[in-house]
Amino acid sequence: MKPASFEYHAPTELTEALQLLASIGEGARPLAGGQSLFPMLNLRLARPEALVDLNRIEALAYHRLEGDTLVVGALCRQRDIERDVEVLRRCGALADAMPLIGHVGIRNRGTVLGSLAHADPSAEWPTLAVLLDATIEVASLEARRQIPARAFFKGLFATDLRPGELVVEARFPLPSAGAGSAFVEVARRHGDFAIGAAAAVVSIGPDGKVADARLALGGFDSVPIRATPDPASVSDQVHPVDDIHAPASYRRKLAETLAGRALDLAERRAREETRR
Amino acid sequence: MNELEVTLRVNGESRVARCEQRTTLADFLRGKLGLTGTHLGCEHGVCGACTVLVDGASARSCLMLAVQAQGQEITTIEGLGTPENPHLLMRAFSEMHGLQCGFCTPGFILSAHEYLREHPRPDRESMRTELSGNICRCTGYVKIFEAVERAAEMMAETEGASS
Repeated sequence: MKPASFEYHAPTELTEALQLLASIGEGARPLAGGQSLFPMLNLRLARPEALVDLNRIEALAYHRLEGDTLVVGALCRQRDIERDVEVLRRCGALADAMPLIGHVGIRNRGTVLGSLAHADPSAEWPTLAVLLDATIEVASLEARRQIPARAFFKGLFATDLRPGELVVEARFPLPSAGAGSAFVEVARRHGDFAIGAAAAVVSIGPDGKVADARLALGGFDSVPIRATPDPASVSDQVHPVDDIHAPASYRRKLAETLAGRALDLAERRAREETRR
Repeated sequence: MNELEVTLRVNGESRVARCEQRTTLADFLRGKLGLTGTHLGCEHGVCGACTVLVDGASARSCLMLAVQAQGQEITTIEGLGTPENPHLLMRAFSEMHGLQCGFCTPGFILSAHEYLREHPRPDRESMRTELSGNICRCTGYVKIFEAVERAAEMMAETEGASS
């Protein structure tokens, strides 16, 4: 028996879940896939008074393409995205990132929105959200609001969520046709949290030159960031710290290397797309 | 202590027991149902030893509650085969020395079961990534990959023989 005792609720409707979150207050934690929350419960790093399990709210288990936008509900598993060939075809960065998230058994249960709400700066989904300028919709009993990804992440494991609010949907505008995108990372072992990650979107103009480039970096600051898409200046744009895995100097160099790789790969894919 | 009665479908049978709300699926299977083939290693989702199938999909049973598994079909190593009537994966792991101490084996076999369903013709590259969620400290993995490949051969032969 590892977790400390808690009160368990399994609502079947979103409103019921929001009522529980509102009435219990800050002691309540929503539970989706549980792949980050359960390790914290088992290590007793988290001791919530109550868990509000979202797994019985079937209305939240969806994802779909609306034009060029990937719309993801709060119970969409990471594996659902990984298996959606059309979504992966539309966005190389997503296709690159999916196999890097934990392992199959983790992705079978872990949710996209759970990863966003957990806000680990080296996790793949937060970096993807910042790269693609995703919008995150949160709901409380009173209101709903939409938060741009870059305003949603506030710090290490900290978001703009207020007590009583739940992340209910995320909208990821996918790169337009003709653009290329890529996601690369360095981790100590496959499936481990990355030491650092870079993701890019590049589009090519009619003159054959790069018309637009976007770069996002994860794991180097307390939140994933957007950076000027120029590898040479990247090491000045990140603020890594030393830890047992690598010193800050290595991480700055890594940011530069990964930025170069992500931008190159995205550009190569964009050129393949425009040739088609 | 927030006790409740939990009814699960495990290996095709309905099983009932009382447990605390905070009881993980792994502890429920082992402690309440006596299904000790599910091994508990790290208990925070890193080692994969406690892998079971939830509606056919691999999951770490230390990272979900027993009460969450109600209404779903749980498959443990005991559901795949027995010493008298072993599953082809079990035979292949034995034949190819895909284990030494055996602690990681139940989790590996359930992950491999899911992998072979999706990759009936296994290749080393996909095996390395798809089976990366299970840690083995004895074999160095090569024997495990050989066992999975052997199991795929045996499955193909069995299928060929029955059709």
